Amino acid sequence: MNIAKPNSYRSGPDERGHFGIFGGRFVAETLMPLILELEKAYSEAKADPAFQAEMNGYLKNYVGRPSPLYFAERLTEHLGGAKIYLKREELNHTGSHKVNNVLGQIMLARRMGKKRIIAETGAGQHGVATATLCARFGLECVVYMGAVDVERQQPNVIRMEMLGAKVMPVQSGTRTLKDAMNEALRDWVTNVHNTFYCIGTVAGPHPYPALVRDFQSIIGNETKAQMQEIEGRLPDSLIACIGGGSNAMGLFHPFLDDPAVEIFGVEAAGHGLTQLHAASIAGGRPGVLHGNRTYLLMDADGQIQDAHSISAGLDYPGIGPEHSWLHEVGRVTYLSATDDEALAAFQLLSKLEGIIPALEPAHAIAKVVELAPKRPRDHLMVVNLSGRGDKDVPQVGDILRGKK
Amino acid sequence: MTTRIDTRFAELAKQGRPAFVTFLMAGDPDPATSLEIIKALPKSGADVIEIGMPFTDPMADGPSIQAAGLRALKAGMTLKKTLELVRGFRKDDNATPIVLMGYYNPIYIYGVDKFLVDAKSAGVDGLIIVDLPPEEDDELCLPALKAGLNFIRLATPTTDDKRLPAVLANTSGFVYYVSITGITGAAAADSTAVSEAVARIKRHTRLPVCVGFGIRTPETARAIASHANGAVVGTALVDALKNSLDAEGRATARTVNAVAELTAALAQGVKGAQQAAE
Ligand SMILES: Cc1ncc(COP(=O)(O)O)c(C=O)c1O
Repeated sequence: MNIAKPNSYRSGPDERGHFGIFGGRFVAETLMPLILELEKAYSEAKADPAFQAEMNGYLKNYVGRPSPLYFAERLTEHLGGAKIYLKREELNHTGSHKVNNVLGQIMLARRMGKKRIIAETGAGQHGVATATLCARFGLECVVYMGAVDVERQQPNVIRMEMLGAKVMPVQSGTRTLKDAMNEALRDWVTNVHNTFYCIGTVAGPHPYPALVRDFQSIIGNETKAQMQEIEGRLPDSLIACIGGGSNAMGLFHPFLDDPAVEIFGVEAAGHGLTQLHAASIAGGRPGVLHGNRTYLLMDADGQIQDAHSISAGLDYPGIGPEHSWLHEVGRVTYLSATDDEALAAFQLLSKLEGIIPALEPAHAIAKVVELAPKRPRDHLMVVNLSGRGDKDVPQVGDILRGKK
Repeated sequence: MTTRIDTRFAELAKQGRPAFVTFLMAGDPDPATSLEIIKALPKSGADVIEIGMPFTDPMADGPSIQAAGLRALKAGMTLKKTLELVRGFRKDDNATPIVLMGYYNPIYIYGVDKFLVDAKSAGVDGLIIVDLPPEEDDELCLPALKAGLNFIRLATPTTDDKRLPAVLANTSGFVYYVSITGITGAAAADSTAVSEAVARIKRHTRLPVCVGFGIRTPETARAIASHANGAVVGTALVDALKNSLDAEGRATARTVNAVAELTAALAQGVKGAQQAAE
């Protein structure tokens, strides 16, 4: 690709929310004043040491950070190549990385005086994290979830309800994450006066992609310090799965200007890239949806196509705009893993390490299985274990017992 | 430049009556019936015609218009066919303004420059693109103005006095005031609030101000139109169309008339309104 290499990969977005041609603020006028207000509130909060201090307190004592960087010894032995470390985001309160971002956004919502929180969710992990922090801070919580996902992620639906959130099954379109996001945007347009939209990934209109990235960057910052402490140096490669790309961006961003660190994002290849899948970089092209320009799955007329992934959290026809840019400038390599590869990796990690991963990071593990054997034994590979698999146990159990 | 929109609003101002603006989805329920419906609108009293460009993910639309878009897409509608629809309409009507309304992605994928050339030559007069606020004017608004098309902006209850100048800066044709914070098909705003909002916008612009979202009946149309330069009705017409379809969602012998009759009734309502004071 003929794109000039920037001086830094970490300076975006520009003041209009662009990462190269990607990003932007493609939203209805009704939302624009609030988005500008959010941008202002966020830049003030960022500069306020009290905000950081309060957040750090909750990150430590409520979320349970730092999350360990764990040497996966048996997986490493089994694959016979790179030394594999797992960044244990699945040990966070609520069971995934999603809580890092939600905590930040809920604290912003409080600063802005918003009492009603809405969110979209796919796997339900973002919904659970949002419901959890709304319970903690006494805020009203409404979560939009595609009807298909309500079905396949029942444990999380029950959790959200126990936490006092209202789960709204979305029946429009493909009844998955993209439609949940449409419905959340419709709610926001309607209730803009009192409502804060807590977006679950590094997508949506500016400033969301930057703000979610910043809140998730704690993953990469901790990893850097922990690896320094354990091995005395930087890792050689990073791998993370990509739905919208927030766990990946959180791990990657602090390392983008360390040129020796190889970085891999893993999209969901579903039934395979020539069939139904959710790999927007591998199978899509730039378009505009949900407030930003980014790689999208669509037909020749610009109509958004149905995505498919076994994992509800990756079942989305787009990707965060900063990833689209990192792809075009060639800093990050985007791979994909199929449903079957993810299922195999899900079982492998469970049996070898005693860690049942969520189906989402199982996609990243699937590529570790492919890449690690080709790397030398002193190669340090970090994979983001973005969530735990409890929510997937019924679904995977049915598949393995041949029921689905 | 003067477009059919400018000409039409100037005529209406002379007659001292507000405009009746209709919205229907291109290709709903199928391309041929859709053309018949659109052709019937001016005879039934529509002064300006908005045509929706179907999109899979219409994030500012309620269930009725979402379903209309999906019916059209299922019937094979594309942006190219929407432009053909306009071309077909222009064969016998060179006066009624046509405004295309929708979302940016299909236009972006079609190619902005090619779209503007093709839209202009098909007889389109203006564009309303829901997800292009003034912050993104470089994308389509400025090229459209250069190509001789009006870019009609939505102003909403959240567009305060501080922001209005930015919203109005590159707006032409008319201003579309969205009377509620919400999606299409939601409840109507009360006419006092609308009249205050229209007055507020008029302090910032000489453009006509039309009001839409939530107008369903001739009575509401009259009430709203008496405070504005026009009233826009969409969901109610889309619903009338839908209620005329058979169980499989196909057009029936009643479909064109069902839309035409409601259009006529609403037009009566709007025409009963006093023109808002300039
Ligand atoms: C555990 C887990 N990992 C990853 C994802 C994908 O989201 P993102 O790409 O934003 O990290 C999800 C989304 O639901 C998730 O639950």
